[in-house]
Amino acid sequence: MSATINRIGLPRDAYKGAATTLCAGCGHNSITNHMIKALYELGVEPHRLAKMSGIGCSSKTPAYFVESAHGFNGVHGRMPALTTGAQLANRQLIMLGVSGDGDTASIGLGQFMHMIRRNIDCTYIIEDNGTYGLTKGQFSATADLGSVQKKGAVNTFQPIDPCAVALTLGCTFVARSFSGDGKQVVPLIKAAIAHRGTAVLDIISPCVTFNDHDGSTKSYSWIKDHEESIADVSFIPFFEEVHVDYEPGTVRDVELHDGSHILLKKLGEDHDPTDRRAAMRVIEEGRSAGHLVTGLLYLDPASVDFATTERIPESPLVDLSEDELRLTKDEFAQFMSEFA
Amino acid sequence: MTNQIINDLTIQAATVNGSGSQTANLILTRAIFHMGIPVAPKNVFPSNIEGLPTWYQLRVTTQGHMARRDQVDILIAFNPATWHQDLRTVRPGGVVVHEEVFSTAEARTDVTYYPVPFSKLAKSKIQNDTLRKQLANMIYVGVVAGLLGIPWEALEHAVTRQFLSKPKAVPLNLDAIKVGFDYWQDNFSKKDPYRLEPMTGVVDQKVLVEGNQAAALGALMGGVTVAAWYPITPSSSLCENLIAYAERFRTDPETGEKRIAVVQAEDELAAVGMAIGAGWAGARAMTSTSGPGISLMAEFAGLGYYAEVPVVIFDIQRIGPSTGLPTRTSQADVGFAYTLSHGDTKHLVLLPGTVEECYEFARDAFDYADRFQTPVFVLSDLDLGMNLWMTPEFKYPDKPFDRGKVLSKADLERLAGEWARYRDVDGDGVPYRTLPGTDHPAAGYFTRGSGHDEHARYTESAESYAANMDRLSRKFETARTALPAPVIDESAGSKIGLIAFGSTHAAVLESRSALAAAKLPVDYLRIRALPLSAQVVEFVSRHERVYVIEQNRDGQVYDLIRLALPPALVDRLRSIRHYDGQPIPADAITEPLLESEAIPV
Ligand SMILES: Cc1ncc(C[n+]2csc(CCOP(=O)(O)OP(=O)(O)O)c2C)c(N)n1
Ligand code: SF4
Ligand SMILES: [Mg+2]
Repeated sequence: MSATINRIGLPRDAYKGAATTLCAGCGHNSITNHMIKALYELGVEPHRLAKMSGIGCSSKTPAYFVESAHGFNGVHGRMPALTTGAQLANRQLIMLGVSGDGDTASIGLGQFMHMIRRNIDCTYIIEDNGTYGLTKGQFSATADLGSVQKKGAVNTFQPIDPCAVALTLGCTFVARSFSGDGKQVVPLIKAAIAHRGTAVLDIISPCVTFNDHDGSTKSYSWIKDHEESIADVSFIPFFEEVHVDYEPGTVRDVELHDGSHILLKKLGEDHDPTDRRAAMRVIEEGRSAGHLVTGLLYLDPASVDFATTERIPESPLVDLSEDELRLTKDEFAQFMSEFA
Repeated sequence: MTNQIINDLTIQAATVNGSGSQTANLILTRAIFHMGIPVAPKNVFPSNIEGLPTWYQLRVTTQGHMARRDQVDILIAFNPATWHQDLRTVRPGGVVVHEEVFSTAEARTDVTYYPVPFSKLAKSKIQNDTLRKQLANMIYVGVVAGLLGIPWEALEHAVTRQFLSKPKAVPLNLDAIKVGFDYWQDNFSKKDPYRLEPMTGVVDQKVLVEGNQAAALGALMGGVTVAAWYPITPSSSLCENLIAYAERFRTDPETGEKRIAVVQAEDELAAVGMAIGAGWAGARAMTSTSGPGISLMAEFAGLGYYAEVPVVIFDIQRIGPSTGLPTRTSQADVGFAYTLSHGDTKHLVLLPGTVEECYEFARDAFDYADRFQTPVFVLSDLDLGMNLWMTPEFKYPDKPFDRGKVLSKADLERLAGEWARYRDVDGDGVPYRTLPGTDHPAAGYFTRGSGHDEHARYTESAESYAANMDRLSRKFETARTALPAPVIDESAGSKIGLIAFGSTHAAVLESRSALAAAKLPVDYLRIRALPLSAQVVEFVSRHERVYVIEQNRDGQVYDLIRLALPPALVDRLRSIRHYDGQPIPADAITEPLLESEAIPV
């Protein structure tokens, strides 16, 4: 056994969860592994982690990492509401939401949008397979126009792009990646967790059982052929020294509120991740070219989250006692007398 | 002049929505209340912001009856659109104060008219152009004060009280009232029997509070820290009051930090979801809604029940089905709320019958939710929630919060981490929980609405499922005896009993005196919570006939009681229902009861 531990003294195993019950080869399982790696490397304290999800194969995955953390597998499409309430109750919790494309872009689209609008401090991961895995392969709203179901049905509707929706709503952190690309996913998860505000991470995650055939645009082979990464992301947490090993001029360094850094090495296009209009353009151009653009699309380092705007204290509301919550006897008597 | 009628009358002001009449109505109410006379105001308002007819009914009795009464003694007719209709409602011998220009050509001859040129007076006597429309309503207050003998001092008190936060408005309004007061003195002599006289006794130490104000204060005193809501009449004012009170009592004056989070959600699904998320994280959490919102909350309510998450859900009932009459009252959500959600879901329901109980039950609901780790519904209604009620001042709580079975880090250390989220350790069906953020490696567990074993792990095992459902039933039985017990008055020693709940209480009290006067004294049991207490069955067994009175079409609580009765007692139960959207008057109980008992009315 290797005795490797992270900065808070925990071994990697402390970040594992129950054995997965998903299909072998499911993209969601890869994301679970990236999650374990990211949380381990960041040294997230398990007791501060709150794993939230809706319903779907994707939403089951919080059971498969950091078993000792609290988790809440709620109802279909309503993870944002549960997350919002829990976050307000205890700002010390690190809210990590996992959802599917059905959970987010269909039944939960309203809550997804309103969570972004409020800028709730949480990470929102969409394990996006373009299908309803758990109910056996119906098209989801992120399925591309013209993509073909396993049984041959062709999707005749325009897809909803969660990243485009998020950007339009002023989301303060928008990224896309692919479940097979751990090198990109892991730093993005870390950056999303460090971000203060809603961080949306749309991870294309092929469903090997219902959506991994030639007619699908969310299959392993399609993604491999069409992926175009806008930047090579690396994340340096606040507790590590920043050292830049890229060529100057091609690297952009963005500092997050907690002092950690995201470094982006430009590949191809010169994408500035703090430019929202540029992000929209990149998505649109990729779409017309039939490319899947991955990477950190947009980041607002000055993001102010909902609880801060609402003047909720950093210390948990949950801990307040009678003395801090009730009116005093004098206040009560005075208040009552005003009804006379 | 005929015999005088003192301190026993109902005033009905017929005005137009959005015209500022509500302030005038409140000032009149407060002035009479200040004279020591019991008042019972009821607002009948449309689902509309401006321009539709609205009525304010102000009942005055020496006994302090607080139910609505179907009789108008004094009509104040301000609304040309409803003038003829309004005139028909006045009792023979009653009084009509009306805008002078309204035609009395083919009007009734059995009432006394006092025509007042309200518009002309407003134009000539009120200098303030922008406020003329609102202040015009004050003229009627002055006329009625003259008519009934309300002393000037009482009017001053009422106006000052009404504009506590806007002292500049006090003289403006008093001047307008004086216009009406003087007009009365200069132009009329008394031709009717109605008078108000100061009195003492009934009103002493009492205050006037709306149920939604009471519930908001109760929630604050119960320690609510997260509230999420979506606007809907008649529940909106609960959270709006909560926001206002929190601004005053839960905001750090130096830092501006708040000891509460109130979120206006995007819909009721989100509102209850946020409250459940917060309750799961350990906050005292609530949402407030009415009919259509309760329907939307159904799925989450089942999650709360099955995953065992504390949350308080207020339902300020209005009349359905569907959008129904949004501004009219009812008690028709009881059956639905009690079993809200699919599967074998059932909930704890508190049924406040007075504004004092709106305060107490709102406060204690958070204890019950924590103690039983489940959603607790507080069912009020539009009548209770949005009308002013006379009430004794509320009592300061004498107990600390009951946070229920929560294992702390120290507890977990003591147990060496050996615990199970859904294990029935104490035999009462209530398991132990830990809160997210508890710094112990054994604290975490995975909450889910899918099948789970004692350790909260996913399972589809038939035995685990059934065992868990049985434990939930056990928990429900524990709660049955812990919730507020029925209030029973058997002082009549009658073989006839009444059962009621919620805002119907006021009408029952009045009806009981009427029945006693008609030589039919009746006993009374008031239900204050669901599941039903065993005392309900016992009460039925002690009486030959028991009438269940409620404000819904189908006798929802009558049905629940029938289900609880042994077959031999079922025949004893009768049902009296009132469901026209207006608060139930005492006559709606007295008359059918006398008829049913074959006592001449
Ligand atoms: C209210 C409600 N409607 C329908 C379902 C059935 N259902 C379960 S999962 C699911 C779709 C999940 O799709 P997605 O979020 O994309 O997750 P995936 O399984 O693809 O990871 C549906 C429709 C449900 N659980 N609840
Ligand atoms: S059905 Fe699809 S999404 Fe669900 S576990 Fe299997 S591969 Fe994954
Ligand atoms: Mg999916």
